[in-house]
Amino acid sequence: MYLGKVIGRVVATQKYEGLEGVRLMVVQPIDHDQKPTQAPLVAADAAQSGLGDIVYCESGREASMALDEKFVPVDQCIVGHVDEIDA
Amino acid sequence: MIIARVIGNIVATVKHAAYHAHKILIVQPEDPFGKPDGDSFLAIDLVQAGVGDQVLVLEEGSSARLLLENDTAPARCIVVGVIDHVDIEDPQEMEKTSKH
Amino acid sequence: MQFGRVIGSVVSTQKDPKIMNFKLLVVRTLNPANEDTGSYVVAVDAVGAGVGEVVLYATGSSARQTVQTDAKPIDAVIMAIIDSWDIQGEVVFRKE
Repeated sequence: MYLGKVIGRVVATQKYEGLEGVRLMVVQPIDHDQKPTQAPLVAADAAQSGLGDIVYCESGREASMALDEKFVPVDQCIVGHVDEIDA
Repeated sequence: MIIARVIGNIVATVKHAAYHAHKILIVQPEDPFGKPDGDSFLAIDLVQAGVGDQVLVLEEGSSARLLLENDTAPARCIVVGVIDHVDIEDPQEMEKTSKH
Repeated sequence: MQFGRVIGSVVSTQKDPKIMNFKLLVVRTLNPANEDTGSYVVAVDAVGAGVGEVVLYATGSSARQTVQTDAKPIDAVIMAIIDSWDIQGEVVFRKE
């Protein structure tokens, strides 16, 4: 799991079946000081996030487990919102 | 998967059981235009590829275990196909390569 | 997932039987600013993508979570064709 900041949104109408209605966000992975740790990537959104939100994400096959349709080719997913980082 | 070129063979008599009866190749990653791209590494050959062949290499552990039909195979990189040809048709790419 | 542009295809007849019958596309990876990163990946197409299209691809075991690639040794799959994306409210890419 890693921290991220939502920096953008991707629109794609033609998606793999089962991904209809799933929002895709551009996430900048960050550390506890909110400094970028790697290049931004695209994550499915299971937490109703918005631009500028600090979120936490899961990667790998487990990412798709956060979605309603679980057998989908998703390797990054926003699973929660961060209210406060205490570090 | 990535595109790579077979540049050599490794002969090893003492090897882990999972590697038994498999040839180990030295592969050099290439871009789709045949230019070397990154460092060479070793991969298990499942398709009788030979030196000089352009090949498809899988670099993922669980795929490797599926291919070797061995849940505990200590392997990650596998040559899974010999490439006949790579067709680059994207106009943007053509433009870029023609400039080189 | 990562951004990429489909630039061509790979034809291979001498393949492992477990990866037969896949459409293999060459994808040039893009960064979120829609610039070439200089790297490439060969991915299985699960959405009917064509050459020139900007797509999203998933890697790792997630790539096996499609009907076509289920339990197959596949490490990258194209799972969406992008219409547009924006960063900080600015449109970076829009399909023509």
